[in-house]
Amino acid sequence: MSAITVRGQRRAGNSVRSKKAGGVKSKHGGLVANVIGILIIVLMVFPVYWAVATSFKRGIDMNKITPEWFPVPGTLQHYVSAWKKEFFLSSLKNSAIVVSVVVVVSIAVAFFAAVAVARSRFRGRRAYIAIIIGIQMIPQTALIIPLFVMLSNWHQQNQLLGLSVTYMAVILPFCVWTLRGFIANIPPDLEAAAMIDGCTRTGAFMRVTFPLVAPGLIATSIFAFIQAWNEFVFAYIIMQNNNKWTASVWLASFITQQQIDWGGLMAGATMLAIPIVILFMMVQRFVATGLTAGAVKG
Amino acid sequence: MAAAGTETLPSTSQRRPGRRRQPLVTRLAKHGGPYLLILPSLVVIGVIMAWPLYKLFVLAFQKFGLPQILNMSHPKAGKAPEWVGFHNFSEAFHDPQFWDTLQRTVIFTAVNVGATLVIGTAIAVLMMRVAKPIRLIMTAVLIFVWAMPQLVALTIWNWLFDQEFGVVNYVLTKLHFGHFLHHSWYAEPWQGFMVVTFVVVWGAIPFIAITMHAALTQVPEELVEAARVDGASPLQVFRNVMLPILRPILVILTSLSIIWDFQVFTQVYILRDNRPEPWYYLVSIFSFVTSFKAHDYGYGSALSIITLLIMAFVSIFYIRQLIKISEDQ
Repeated sequence: MSAITVRGQRRAGNSVRSKKAGGVKSKHGGLVANVIGILIIVLMVFPVYWAVATSFKRGIDMNKITPEWFPVPGTLQHYVSAWKKEFFLSSLKNSAIVVSVVVVVSIAVAFFAAVAVARSRFRGRRAYIAIIIGIQMIPQTALIIPLFVMLSNWHQQNQLLGLSVTYMAVILPFCVWTLRGFIANIPPDLEAAAMIDGCTRTGAFMRVTFPLVAPGLIATSIFAFIQAWNEFVFAYIIMQNNNKWTASVWLASFITQQQIDWGGLMAGATMLAIPIVILFMMVQRFVATGLTAGAVKG
Repeated sequence: MAAAGTETLPSTSQRRPGRRRQPLVTRLAKHGGPYLLILPSLVVIGVIMAWPLYKLFVLAFQKFGLPQILNMSHPKAGKAPEWVGFHNFSEAFHDPQFWDTLQRTVIFTAVNVGATLVIGTAIAVLMMRVAKPIRLIMTAVLIFVWAMPQLVALTIWNWLFDQEFGVVNYVLTKLHFGHFLHHSWYAEPWQGFMVVTFVVVWGAIPFIAITMHAALTQVPEELVEAARVDGASPLQVFRNVMLPILRPILVILTSLSIIWDFQVFTQVYILRDNRPEPWYYLVSIFSFVTSFKAHDYGYGSALSIITLLIMAFVSIFYIRQLIKISEDQ
């Protein structure tokens, strides 16, 4: 039993790199498949491309009946003005603080809960799972006003702490559930075996269990990171002081009742997306195996 | 296996006399008390969700409008909240607009969940079959889409479908799909919802496709190979070999998609320039507009609770399945 699962884990780790996994026939794939693949790339990426291209376009090239497909001749003016726009650096700092706190604390808290759900059959376990899943079904728009009133009463309006705890409550259920899958996939016997071979208890955990859960922790962190970094509605309601804005609220300030500053908005969005994309690219290998390891048994 | 291992290795056990050691994680779960482990998560969720949720339930049984809001800050002015029992709920059940909206939401959810899962899975399968560079680009593109802030994505889509300067109208006309210049996509609700669906599905595909692709890479190669040797067609391989293995993850993705799509709010709200017409109402928007535009907070809260109950009812099956999955492991 354990051997099979371990093999599954290992396979999951390797197969992302190996070309043979999961029924790929040839090295280069079929011609039709490749053509469809390219078509999907173009369709999916177009709005993203349009955002980035717009950020480099001169004002007169933006709204045209016949679209300017390429930002030539381009300009960096929007990046300069976005960078100089008020509250850019402070909102970036606020976002960085909120996101780090949310990711670190949620993952730690979720990890404990996931260990309990995955490894022991306690009374109330089902109720806990039902809460975890049910909490995600509450329409968030319905909670915003009472939440706002509550945070004001606690003097947590415009406070990074108030926003961070709100994010944690929203993100935790997903994190617990995902991590549960990872831990459930690691046979407890593995740790026992390591201890028989002379590891201390902590050593066994750090050397055996932790590396196996690591992809799960990374995948879950990334999810939490993206959620917290891009979240807008709660931040917009809770952080109303200009100097308490998060990056996404700052972005929204390019859109006013009168007009939308297209160039600035897109330049700002592109700059804010860069950290996510870099992070995601770096750990993409783990994320791929990570998100599913809990659900698909090896 | 570990138990057997301990017994068959007497030399190692002898080296460590005394009580048998248990793995750290298991020990934490058993002796530290699982309750201690889930406590922090319950505290965080409870602190943030409990009071607003309680408030939501209280409001649903009250008549609560502008006079009551005034009363909160100035006790002498306005009116105190009034308990009305199930009045707000019966109002909903006698409100034709509620039934229209509910029907629209159910259809919208079914279409969006179906489209997201089918297209997402198709893309995942496709990713297994393309050349490596194309697969890498596909992954990167999915990540770009995922990383795009919703607000920015929606603003861009609004622009692409714009009546005057919309690239979509331009391209469709150039490709001879008809005369689309100055075409307004929101004049006809079904076309408007087509745009909304397009945007929702586009945004949801990355999560589904990346997850499904990862799941596909975990299907053991030998099984697929064996089925192929036995003469199964690619479709049969997918249906009879891969699908059963992928079922648990599909159940989770489906339930999450239903939860997300039933609550779609921002997409419609922003695409309709913050002023959605009644024929673009989904239950989330109906409840929001009732509360914050019409200032009937009691009725709005009742609508939210009905939404919550419907979703809970629909997902009972999935919750049971999820609990079962967690018990199988």
